[in-house]
Amino acid sequence: MTIEAFRSRVDDPASRKFGTFSYLQALTREEIVAQVRYIIDQDWTCSIEHVEPGRAADTYWYLWKLPMFGVTDVDTVMAEVDACHEANPGDHVRLVGIDRRKQTQGLSVVVYRGEAG
Amino acid sequence: MTSNNARTYDAGVKDYALTYWDPTYVPKDTDLLAAFKVVAQPGVPREEAAAAVCAESSTGTWTTVWTDLLTDMDHYKGRAYRIEPVPGDDDAFYAFVAYPIDLFEEGSVVNVLTSLVGNVFGFKAIRSLRLEDIRFPLAYVMTAGGPPNGIMVERDKMDKYGRPMLGATIKPKLGLSAKNYGRAVYEVLRGGNDFTKDDENVNSQPFMRWRDRFEFVAEAVNTAEAETGERKGHYLNVTSATVEDMFERAEFAKSLGMRIIMHDFFTAGFTAHTSLANWCRKNGMLLHVHRAMHAVVDRNPYHGIHFRVLTKALRLSGGDHMHSGTVVGKLEGDRQATLGWIDLMRESFVAEDRSRGIFFDQDFGHMPGLFPVASGGIHVWHVPALVSIFGDDSVLQFGGGTLGHPWGAAAGATANRVAVEASVQARNEGVEVEKEARSVLTRAAKSSPELAVAMETWKEIRFDFDVVDRLAES
Repeated sequence: MTIEAFRSRVDDPASRKFGTFSYLQALTREEIVAQVRYIIDQDWTCSIEHVEPGRAADTYWYLWKLPMFGVTDVDTVMAEVDACHEANPGDHVRLVGIDRRKQTQGLSVVVYRGEAG
Repeated sequence: MTSNNARTYDAGVKDYALTYWDPTYVPKDTDLLAAFKVVAQPGVPREEAAAAVCAESSTGTWTTVWTDLLTDMDHYKGRAYRIEPVPGDDDAFYAFVAYPIDLFEEGSVVNVLTSLVGNVFGFKAIRSLRLEDIRFPLAYVMTAGGPPNGIMVERDKMDKYGRPMLGATIKPKLGLSAKNYGRAVYEVLRGGNDFTKDDENVNSQPFMRWRDRFEFVAEAVNTAEAETGERKGHYLNVTSATVEDMFERAEFAKSLGMRIIMHDFFTAGFTAHTSLANWCRKNGMLLHVHRAMHAVVDRNPYHGIHFRVLTKALRLSGGDHMHSGTVVGKLEGDRQATLGWIDLMRESFVAEDRSRGIFFDQDFGHMPGLFPVASGGIHVWHVPALVSIFGDDSVLQFGGGTLGHPWGAAAGATANRVAVEASVQARNEGVEVEKEARSVLTRAAKSSPELAVAMETWKEIRFDFDVVDRLAES
């Protein structure tokens, strides 16, 4: 069997990972929609955050507007994801599912990866 | 209530049942309850055997003593209040005992176990004895420290959400130098693992002293974090010959900026373990708990202590991760019973459920839960089932299943990470991932050559021996 070298470099921004689903191929729009639906079905709240790629490791990213309390329409959430990306084209954008009962994030997925990252 | 003046001293040996068998007793919310599986010696009535267990594990001794009358024994004594047949077993029966909370020092699982599983296990009237379950009253739970951090705090500290975390035990278990050991840690972490782990018997042997290991591992963790941009940890095993050594190692791990340490609670003992858990709580360190020696006391269906009791005791003593068995790997574990003790690790309230071996409602109040760790003989093919069985709040731990990858440990880690993420994604999309394991993994492997190679390597491995300790069919 041919052995492949492992491609990951400190000086290659493409080697940076971002938590859940960052080892899969970039999610398609339909796949992102499915995860939004999952968040809503769990009775969690969708929220959007973004950050400059150089600050990606920080805990606190910029909050896009406010968490979408009470929003159960997938298209409304996707429109905000798009709006956040258009306003911050160089940033990473992540979709967060806020579980207020456990006070944790039930899901956190980077859906747009910024230029340098 | 019997008047004090009606009590007289009557020396001699009496049946335990006269004092300790009380089928009319209604347990109080503050009582500590225990369920024992008992096989009595031939000729000993079940009520008498149950009362004997109760007496020997609470206030009683073999003969009446005058000093009993100096206190209110009705207040302090335990009571055997129920016996039940064990389904499918003519010899054994369940004995339920209630102990007043006053019998136990606050926050001391050491004291609870010393009473409940002390001398009574060698008692002659009993052929065999197993402690199946304990109900810790909430009033007692509140006196214990519990997990130093708990699931939610650990997720925030590690920045991991929406999926099981991924661990790997470094192999070979023994014999690597500190530098070679750090190499393996680095490879696994850069490949996509959240954690790596010292094996339980890695302490501070001549081939690799603990300080050298800690230093090389710290460099490996830091380099992998810089490379991947993700937070990582290695469970630095601080299990030692003495508590002084244990704390010295824990302090050094903290000084290196490491996030998590590890301890073997059972071989080290609950006193040392509880002290370490308290130290972790004070110092913001995560605590991974291994359970070496547990099978010696929990595997035999007729003797010892069931693992669900050890689980509750450990949750009270303190730990953020605890090994739980895998159901699907190389180690023992009935599926329903495993689901039962996983609940006991994670949930704030667990209801009685005999189909899962849970004998009592158990309320943990606000005490945080801990992550069950599925470890032992598992590989990529098991991942969809593991995600289905354990859910997100778990650590899936692959040793050989990571380091045994034909392309090396980094590729092995990537294969497992891709398998976990693909399974979670599919589950979130509504796929029954355990049933559809093959298609979920095959699809993910199309864009991950690391996963494709891992699937090819381990396609034939199975561990489907029957379990020794089955739940009674009821």
